Formats: sequence, C-alpha cells, structure tokens
Amino acid sequence: MKRLVVGAHYGLRDWLAQRITAVIMAVYSVIAAAIVLKNSPLTYAVWKDLFAQGWMRVATLLFAVSLAWHAWVGVRDILMDYIKPDGLRLTLQVLFIVLLASYLGWAVQILWR
Amino acid sequence: MASASAKKIRPKYLSLPALLFQIRLPVPGWVSILHRISGALLVIPFAAWALYLLDTSLRSEQGFSYVRNQYLNLTLVKLGLLVFIWAYCHHFCAGIRYLFLDLDKGVDLKTARLTSWIVIAAGLALTAVLGAKLW
Repeated sequence: MKRLVVGAHYGLRDWLAQRITAVIMAVYSVIAAAIVLKNSPLTYAVWKDLFAQGWMRVATLLFAVSLAWHAWVGVRDILMDYIKPDGLRLTLQVLFIVLLASYLGWAVQILWR
Repeated sequence: MASASAKKIRPKYLSLPALLFQIRLPVPGWVSILHRISGALLVIPFAAWALYLLDTSLRSEQGFSYVRNQYLNLTLVKLGLLVFIWAYCHHFCAGIRYLFLDLDKGVDLKTARLTSWIVIAAGLALTAVLGAKLW
C-alpha cells in the first residue's frame, strides 16, 4: 500500500525559512557592527541619526521579522524534542508565539516613535 | 558460558549522570548543543534585553547617557553582556558552519572536527575582542 506520510512540506518550508532568515540576520549583523565600530565611541547624535534614516529602519525591521521567524522554528524544534505532553507543549508554543510577536511589536514601536 | 554474563542489557536507558559524565560528546556535538543553548538564551532573555537597551538609548539624550555611562558600567550588566556577546557570536559562527554543511561542504569527519574547533575558538575570540571594547 502506498502511503504519503509527508505531504504538506511543513518541514522543508520551515527549514528553508530558517536558513534564509539566518543569512539576512548575518548580513545585517556585520553591517551594523561595522557602523557601530567605525563610529566608536558612539554619541547620541550619531545613534539617533542612524535610526532616523529610512533604510536603517526598514533593515532593522527586516532583521526583527527574520529573528521572530527564525526563533520560532528553533523554539518549536526545542519544544518538540524535550516537551512530550501534548497539552504542555501546545501551551508553551502559544506562549512563545505571543512572546515573539510582542518582541516584534516592541521593535516597531522603537523604530517608528 | 562466560560470554552470557557479559551480555549487554538492552535497551539501555540513559540516566542524567550517564549523559553528563559517561558519554563523551565529540566536538561537533559540543558545537551543536552550544548552538541550541545559545539560541535559547538569545530568545530569552537577550532579545528582550537588546530591545530594552535600544528603546532606552534611542528615547532621549538622557536615556542614551544613562545606558552608556551608568547602566553599562555596572559589573553585573557587563558580565551579562559578555554572555550575550558570546551567545550571539557562537550562534553566528556555528550557524555559518551549518549553512556550509547544508551545501555539502566540510561534511567529512576530519574537516567537520576541524571546523568545529574553529567555530568554538572564533566564538570565544570574538567575545574577547568585543568584550575588551566594552571594558
């Protein structure tokens, strides 16, 4: 009997998303670190001007979205490995989704104040 | 029948002491578990902490100078930040290694062990360099 056990490709999509978001965050990290180290010691004027620029806000938002998505895949993997009771795992998954969404909301608030 | 007494008991369930002291994890295993631990730490508490620092430092001139001149001078904060930096750098370096492994680069045992050592060393070296800037 032929049975299709994995049909929806959830695994592949999450795996790929985790890698793409990782590359986005790695590129952002290197650029951000270079800017900060170049302007070291940092002053408020430089710091504020940096985050007043449109491209920096959008890039940081892209980073934050990538982080939330990337972290969700990682958190889900960890919960699937260590938390066996279904009810507890589901509860924790919901809590982490709420937490990561809150991080994202906070980031947007900081960037567009 | 001497061999009968030496027959191994199966299945073997792993106790916590066995996991901690009996099983020697190979270096790539250490990179892997540290990747997981650092990732978990980055979600809780470090992402929230980074957001707090960004929020306070961008809010006002006073907020910025408070973070810069007072908050970041507290010893406990500096130690915490050091762990944060290590977690970020290790996760970053190990992550790049995994991206290459996904592309089938460096999967033979010798290379995999070598790159594992490089990742661990690079994470610590980056932490030392950035930590020195902080102090």
